[in-house]
Amino acid sequence: MINSLIFYPLLATSLVSISVFVVGAAIVLAGACGVVLAKNAVHSALFLVMTLFGIAVLFVSEQANFLAAVQIIVYAGAIVVLFLFVIMLLGVDNLELQPIESKPRKVLGAVLIGLVVLAEILLLSRNSWTSGAPSTSGVAFGPGPTINRLADSIFSSYLLAFEATSALLIIAVISAVVLVRRNNFDSTQEDDFENQMPKQILESDSLSSTTGTNANKETKGNLL
Amino acid sequence: MTIAFLIPLLPLLGFVLLLIFGKKLGSPNSGWLATAAVGASFVVSCVVLFSFLSRSAGNPYRVQHFFTWMSVANFHLDVGLLIDPLSLTMVLFVTGVSTLIHLYSIGYMKGDRDFSKFFLYLNLFVASMVILVLSDNFILTFVGWEGVGACSYLLVAFWFERPRAASAGKKAFVVNRIGDFGFLLASFLIFQRLHSLNYKTDFSHLNLLSPTSATVIALLLFLAAVGKSAQFPLFTWLVDAMEGPTPVSALIHAATMVTAGVFLMVRVAPILALSHIALLTIAIVGLATAFIGATSACAQNDIKKVLAYSTVSQLGYMFLAVGSQAYVAAIFLMVAHAFYKALLFLGAGSVIHGLHDEQDIKKMGGLRKWMPATSITFIIGWLAIGGVPPFAGFWAKGDVLLGAFSNSPILWAIGAFTGGLTAYYIGREVYLVFFGEPRWQQLAVKGPFHDSVHESPRIMLIPLYVLAIFSVLGGLLDLPFSKHLGFLGRWLAPLFAGLPQLQRVPVSLEITLGTVDAILAIAGVVVAHLIWSKNWQKPSLEPVFLNQGWKVDSTSDAVVARPGATVARLSSLFDSTFIDGIVNGVGALGVKIGTSIRKLQNGYIRNYAMGIAIGTVLLLAIELLRVTP
Amino acid sequence: MSVSGTWYLTLAAALFSIGAIGLLIRRNILIMFMCIELMLNAVNLSFVTFSRTLNDIGGQSSVFFVLVVAAAEVVVGLGIIVMIFRRSATTNADDLHMLKG
Repeated sequence: MINSLIFYPLLATSLVSISVFVVGAAIVLAGACGVVLAKNAVHSALFLVMTLFGIAVLFVSEQANFLAAVQIIVYAGAIVVLFLFVIMLLGVDNLELQPIESKPRKVLGAVLIGLVVLAEILLLSRNSWTSGAPSTSGVAFGPGPTINRLADSIFSSYLLAFEATSALLIIAVISAVVLVRRNNFDSTQEDDFENQMPKQILESDSLSSTTGTNANKETKGNLL
Repeated sequence: MTIAFLIPLLPLLGFVLLLIFGKKLGSPNSGWLATAAVGASFVVSCVVLFSFLSRSAGNPYRVQHFFTWMSVANFHLDVGLLIDPLSLTMVLFVTGVSTLIHLYSIGYMKGDRDFSKFFLYLNLFVASMVILVLSDNFILTFVGWEGVGACSYLLVAFWFERPRAASAGKKAFVVNRIGDFGFLLASFLIFQRLHSLNYKTDFSHLNLLSPTSATVIALLLFLAAVGKSAQFPLFTWLVDAMEGPTPVSALIHAATMVTAGVFLMVRVAPILALSHIALLTIAIVGLATAFIGATSACAQNDIKKVLAYSTVSQLGYMFLAVGSQAYVAAIFLMVAHAFYKALLFLGAGSVIHGLHDEQDIKKMGGLRKWMPATSITFIIGWLAIGGVPPFAGFWAKGDVLLGAFSNSPILWAIGAFTGGLTAYYIGREVYLVFFGEPRWQQLAVKGPFHDSVHESPRIMLIPLYVLAIFSVLGGLLDLPFSKHLGFLGRWLAPLFAGLPQLQRVPVSLEITLGTVDAILAIAGVVVAHLIWSKNWQKPSLEPVFLNQGWKVDSTSDAVVARPGATVARLSSLFDSTFIDGIVNGVGALGVKIGTSIRKLQNGYIRNYAMGIAIGTVLLLAIELLRVTP
Repeated sequence: MSVSGTWYLTLAAALFSIGAIGLLIRRNILIMFMCIELMLNAVNLSFVTFSRTLNDIGGQSSVFFVLVVAAAEVVVGLGIIVMIFRRSATTNADDLHMLKG
């Protein structure tokens, strides 16, 4: 099908959709290159927002309006903000401003691999991959808004997966709290009872990590 | 008859009780318990004997079947007791002599740290021996066979803190294993040929055996007997086994265990009868053992080693009888020997006990004044074993030599000479221990020794008296003068009814041979008196070669042990280089592969990402190749 | 009539490759993370495109789930980065190789 689509006359489409696609694609690619090439992490994050907006535009052009909105709200609104938040938390000055890989050889290799992947995907896309089987989760286009059909699909066909994602989100939130919770280095300010355990854990952790490194060195020395 | 199962069960019960309560009972109660168990077993044996006598008419066998031990395909193994004149005779004298030895041990082992453990072993030993004797099939006999072997090991090495005792125990065990090997092989062969291991079934199907397999089975069983009954060349363990406590020497190495081999030979007499080669081998090995044992005994200085070699020699006589198909004579000598050899051993134990563990007869002398009872009973034992009429040994040995004569006069001649030798070497011991000047006062002065030489307590003397009486009167069991006086012969006769009978010797010749035996025995006594009543040292009559038992030990060491050790060393080398090399090589290979692959895990995230990327490229490439025509 | 799906898919492939290249050449662990987001978005784009060309709502549902998983992943991943930074005061991926074999 894709094979047949590739020769679809471009001129048959409306000028609006072409221009929307071109602009969206330009935004996406420019943003992506910006993310990869920007020296400063803050700039990368802002370029990421740009890419995400471009994607949202393309979603709209493909009539996935709900997803476009979610894309803006969740990605640009939450995730990138989270990124920026972390960058600020760690301190912009602390982040090394190294643009990219220092060894040209590695950069060349990475770019080569990326291009090869691209070429392979494009080459593979020349074949037809669809089975022709009818959809199991409902059609995308029809009377009424798309969001209704999406909701039907998620809450019927993919109900189990939906419930699993709710569990996943809970777990992610809790784990984030556990991970980031500051193991008080200055326990005098806070209640002893509350902080004894985390302190011990921290000490034992740091101890084990250093001894682990030492042990690593030793075993390395022994084995090699 | 139905209570026959109690005969092995009572000592076994004693063993179990001592195992649980032995430490609590302590000395001497545990000894009394053990003695009571064996004594009760003896009483039961007597009851069984009388019930057997009153009922058995014609059929010499009574089989008491208890349960099926195992049943696999056409292999059925029943646990049952075979009660016939042979097993009853054995059980009676085993339990009887054992009871006396138990009684004696209560006195002898007094004060030993492991008093109750000693009696525990003794009871287990008696139980095993009784099982061996009463079993109605080869496998159950083998159970008892192994049981007495294990107990022998435990008892010989009873004072295991002494290195010599420990190694003697090991030697007894290892040498016995050689015999066990023969026993097992013989059992396998019998099962393969006759499809049964039950004595009665086997003996009624003997016509199925080819002459060759009969010979092989007979020789393998004889190998078993050689190991257990200390025949040439495996007799050295018996001499070393004298490291054990003296009652053990009396019980195991005189009265009971070593006779297991002779018993086995008599039990399988129908098989032996099928093979002339086996019979001839048995007779010759028996006679050689008798001669080697007797000559070696002439040069020993240890009071117990003289008796040990004498046991070897007497067992040789029994095998000579078996080889000459004089089975009744073999049993007769076995019973008589049990009496007088137990008597001699217990007498020797009494001497050792009185002299505070001194065993060198060169350091004794004149003890008859201090130990009158022991010396008198010991002298009775001497005359009995020496074959002086009318003591038990004369009649028993006379029967054996008669059988040997009807086999071949040469066998008789050597046997008769050895008989004279027997009277001589025991006489030498008697004179060195009980007569002459007391040498222990000069030679063995150690601490408060002089005044404490003493006669043994009554509990040790009673068994001596009883055994002395039996040694004197034992001949009554089977007197040759009239058919009516040959009790043992008539009693055992049904067992050997189907076998080729000994060819009878004319009565006049029988009397002549008996006279010659008696003259030789008395000559031995006289020679001993002439030489040893005055002297206590005569190196020309005690050559080192004989002292070392014809150097059998060092020869077997050179012929078997050293090449064996070399083979072991070589295989150890093979193991440590080749086998270990493979094993360690596999391990080292794993370590090498691991260390080289380990470098891939360098901890850099981007390397892993690169790996994933390369993998993606390859996967896509494979897919591309697949879909491209 | 809108632009054919092929162009969208080509764009998605290009975006994916750029993300992959970025992941391989950047050493700042935060930016590597952003590159992963780029790759996820490339996949999302192709999902939506397939949903349109095949007229199947399942593609859009998948995007929904990818969004959820991406959000969770970012939360946990950033948490880990914060922890790492507290320990070793670095966001350079090349400095973090305690787990080497």
